[in-house]
Amino acid sequence: MAYVVPKESYNGKVLNVDFGKGDKALVIGGENALPFLSFEGELPNRPVIACEIQDTPPTDWPETVRNVYKDVSGDPVTWAKYCQNDLKAKAIALRLVSTHPDRDNRSAEDAAKTIKDVLSAINVPLIILGSNHIEKDASVLVAAAEAASGYNCIIGKAQEGNYKTIVAAALAHNHKLIAMSELDINLAKQLNILITQMGFDKEKLITDPMCSALGYGLEYTYSVMERIRLAGLMQNDATMQPPILGDVGMYVWKVKETVASEADVAEWGPLEERGTAWEALTATAMLIAGTNLLIMRHPKAISIVEKTIAELT
Amino acid sequence: MALTGVQIFKLLPKTNCKKCGFPTCLAFAMALAQAKVDLAKCPDVSEEAKKTLGEASAPPIRTFNLGTGEKAVKMGGETVLFRHDKKFFNPCALAVNIKDNSSDDELVKIATGVVSSEMDRVGQKLRVDAISVEYASGNVSQYEKAVKLVAEKAPDAALILNCKDAAAAESAVKAVAARKPLLYGAAAENAEAMAAIAKTHGVPLCACAQGLDALSALTEKLQGLGINDLVLDSGAKTAKEIIEHNTQIRRSALKKGFKPLGFPILNCVIRDGSAFEAAVATVSIAKYASIVVLSSIEKWKDLALFTLRQNIYTDPQVPMQVEQKIYKIGEPSAASPLMITTNFSLTYFIVSGEVENSKVPSRLAVMDSEGLSVLTAWAAGKFTAAKIAQFIKDSGIESEITHKELIIPGQVAILSGALEDKLEGWKIVVGPREANAIPTFLKTRAS
Ligand code: B12
Ligand code: SF4
Repeated sequence: MAYVVPKESYNGKVLNVDFGKGDKALVIGGENALPFLSFEGELPNRPVIACEIQDTPPTDWPETVRNVYKDVSGDPVTWAKYCQNDLKAKAIALRLVSTHPDRDNRSAEDAAKTIKDVLSAINVPLIILGSNHIEKDASVLVAAAEAASGYNCIIGKAQEGNYKTIVAAALAHNHKLIAMSELDINLAKQLNILITQMGFDKEKLITDPMCSALGYGLEYTYSVMERIRLAGLMQNDATMQPPILGDVGMYVWKVKETVASEADVAEWGPLEERGTAWEALTATAMLIAGTNLLIMRHPKAISIVEKTIAELT
Repeated sequence: MALTGVQIFKLLPKTNCKKCGFPTCLAFAMALAQAKVDLAKCPDVSEEAKKTLGEASAPPIRTFNLGTGEKAVKMGGETVLFRHDKKFFNPCALAVNIKDNSSDDELVKIATGVVSSEMDRVGQKLRVDAISVEYASGNVSQYEKAVKLVAEKAPDAALILNCKDAAAAESAVKAVAARKPLLYGAAAENAEAMAAIAKTHGVPLCACAQGLDALSALTEKLQGLGINDLVLDSGAKTAKEIIEHNTQIRRSALKKGFKPLGFPILNCVIRDGSAFEAAVATVSIAKYASIVVLSSIEKWKDLALFTLRQNIYTDPQVPMQVEQKIYKIGEPSAASPLMITTNFSLTYFIVSGEVENSKVPSRLAVMDSEGLSVLTAWAAGKFTAAKIAQFIKDSGIESEITHKELIIPGQVAILSGALEDKLEGWKIVVGPREANAIPTFLKTRAS
């Protein structure tokens, strides 16, 4: 029996989304085959890893990853510059956690100022994330979108409870937008439909089906992502064709495996290796499931995943 | 490939004699097509039909064990390309490779490392399954000696004889034949010799070729030589080759019924840099490998890879659950604390582990919430005040303990008022949000 390469024919294609400006601008998506299967389609853009920073010192991050940034994380501008210049980050994701009512409850104006300062200090593309407080994000992200006008940023996350104002702001200031739903393909689809019904171009959307860490629901995220990809490619479902985001760092750097010291769990081995591996493996699994854009924290984990992407492409 | 009911019907006697227990041959054929009955129930079926149906009903990916005994790893037998379509059945084996010219100390260290790799996670015992001994010395007796040493020090591990030299392979297989080592392997140059060894000693054989064309030709040849328990190494080196070859192999077997590639896959992912190696192993584990060969095992790496393998291979339709009941942790007295949580395995094992860590003897009431986590169950209406109250009342716990205090997870603090209304005379205490705060919480209360 002669071997015949079993190729799949896909009807659909993942949409191209560009962000940032000038020669550091990036494009994600564009593939018309399942992840990394170059034998049956075009995979024009490699996945991008954005390095995560926040607008206030990361006191809530565990020591392993907090220590890496201890000299620069006192202020977001220094931190952003360090990621760009020293770590050679291709993109930066700035999370406005201090605006959360349970944190410092800082105002939307404060956030806008931080955004302006950071944008004028870097030239790589910026992803602007709220604090994941539905009501507060609705005002913070509107101010942030305005402050970043002209920079072609990605802003997010728009969720079922707050998407209207955030979509309007992204539309007005010409940004790309992350739409996040909760681990359910139908919810992801529905939110994309609601957003495009507001006149928002589907070619400016990024889907976040919600991440989960290795050992803490990773299999749910993995399968939802695979199903989204298959729907977009095989059934040519236009609402399932935006690139996919994996917001890995924030889900990984709170689980016990990335926090517990070797003294407490000798059978798990050294904490630094364990924590970075936890982030790197979670991210790699997301890539295999279809993620186009990753947000990560530890530079060692980022470099391992960069190397893996290089081998995969 | 599977036959339809009508195709099977054509092969049956068509007498409708009912001896099979079905009213007609067609009804029997339909049941056969759905694999609901055994062909042997029809006493009159022809030899020819038996042969055709036997071949058609063979699983598209051959199933057999790596190793022997209780810890043998079942390989192959997969039926889908994506886990959400049904599930992946047989978790891949993790193997560590060591060269035969390593010192005895190093060989013993690897073997004992494999023996002590076993860890418990979410109620499953997980371990490094196999040791691959590589023929690097060029010395037949040294190879045999190294294989024997490793086999003796790791009595339950599966063995892989990483050796393409027939003379060395022969002597090593002989020495550990009872362990059914995987012979790795046969290439175009040594196919006959390796097949002869595998056949004589009844051990599985790995076919090694560069690319899937050559691999298919090789497995056909080996099957012709009488070897059926085959493993595939397509020569994939880079992560890109791994995902592309493995996908093509799985698709060929499942969607095209292409027999020459209907076998379990072995990937060697050895890299400089242990964490990088783990990342490449992630690609293999997610995409269809049955054996992943690593260069080193470390506790942190084992834990991460075991967890990933467990995640990929859980049943997507049925979350892992534990039995609903009131578990005793330590030796609780009638005055010991009582806590409640849901029956999602992950939740139960995390919480019970932390209660154990606290060293405060306690009771943990685990309520059936269809295997959902605390917040998911709450959001889905399965962990409500009414249901919890009912469960506590029905459990009979009131007669076993001298207090009426129930500690609830911090994430559902919102339930405390309604629970106090429904559980008359009880005091509801809101525990911490995260389980890792439980030890401090319990210790502080106890003191
Ligand atoms: C995986 C997941 C799912 C899986 C289910 C997994 C499962 N078997 O439970 C799926 C995809 C099926 C799912 C579905 C839904 N989900 Co869901 N899901 C999650 C996710 C990502 C992780 C949950 C998890 O596994 N956690 C890990 C376990 C171990 O946590 P846990 O049980 O809470 O236990 C911890 C603590 O509570 C504590 N603890 C536990 N017991 C006890 C006891 C005591 C005494 C103490 C002190 C502490 C304690 O210790 C543990 C470790 O710290 C979370 C979001 C997130 N990242 O957390 C959302 C989440 C729980 N889901 C949510 C929702 C809304 C839903 C749905 C209703 C909506 C939907 N998407 O369709 C459905 C409902 C399901 C249904 N109708 O059947 C919401 C709940 C929101 C809310 N506050 O009400 C969440 C929080 C997402 C969000 N909004 O951010 N989900
Ligand atoms: S026993 Fe055989 S021949 Fe008789 S009815 Fe059943 S299938 Fe037909």
